[in-house]
Amino acid sequence: MALSNIANALLGGVLIGGAATLFFWLTGRIAGISGVIASLLFFKERLWPALFLSGIVAGAAIFYALGGSAPVPRGSFPLWLLAFSGVLVGFGTALARGCTSGHGVCGLGRLSLRSLVATLTFLSVGLLATFVVRHIFGVV
Amino acid sequence: MANIFALITGLIFGFGLALSGMTHPEKVLGFLDVAGQWDTSLLFVLCGAVGVTVVSFRFITKLKAPVFAPIFRLPESNAIDKPLLIGSALFGTGWGISGYCPGPAVALLASPNWELWVFLPAMLLGYVLHWYLFKPQAQKSAAAAPENTKAEPPTCG
Repeated sequence: MALSNIANALLGGVLIGGAATLFFWLTGRIAGISGVIASLLFFKERLWPALFLSGIVAGAAIFYALGGSAPVPRGSFPLWLLAFSGVLVGFGTALARGCTSGHGVCGLGRLSLRSLVATLTFLSVGLLATFVVRHIFGVV
Repeated sequence: MANIFALITGLIFGFGLALSGMTHPEKVLGFLDVAGQWDTSLLFVLCGAVGVTVVSFRFITKLKAPVFAPIFRLPESNAIDKPLLIGSALFGTGWGISGYCPGPAVALLASPNWELWVFLPAMLLGYVLHWYLFKPQAQKSAAAAPENTKAEPPTCG
């Protein structure tokens, strides 16, 4: 594994944590993406969620415009499996009220036991799901 | 003012996501695939991010109020209950299948390919399904709560 991968991962993580810090300090809100999406979809205050999510798209766009690599679609990944996983991610994060950002980055930062349990749960189930899909069903 | 900073912090967040490698679903699966060629680099994303928040949040929660809002909006629940466990397990299943979680799915609108056009609408459908299944409860508890909390989204995730 290239050292630059680790450096990018670490620096990217610090930026994510830094953004979550600024967001919390300035607006008093937790920068959890699934919560922000739910706000945009279902609640009256739509301006700040729309701006925050637009910022995320713009930030990624800047990275790609500067020559950062964007993902290439997998050739053989089954469409129905992708759709199924999308519904699970949406429904699951709504039910658990948090995803990798809300429970992972912010919840762990607040030393929340609830978020620690959530993070350990989705990480361990994620490991298992990847194992089953890749090594038992042979989907890559 | 808070709205401008929502945009700016989102921008930093999105750049960080893309830089970290989290927007590459195959890289995420490489991290979750401990039985394959395990790619540990994404562990450093979590370490970097939580390393910052675990220090900064200690200081911020000691403040009386955030800069551009009257109060901090923290999640009300500390409960480790069925919705948390089942929801996290469902999320982990979906994440482990495809390698997408909500943040990267949004960020990838900057460089969408056909995978995103399948995943993102499906994810939004998941939110809509949850809302219509659990909305009556949400309305009930909102009706019992003070008026200004009625339009308040779930403060997490």
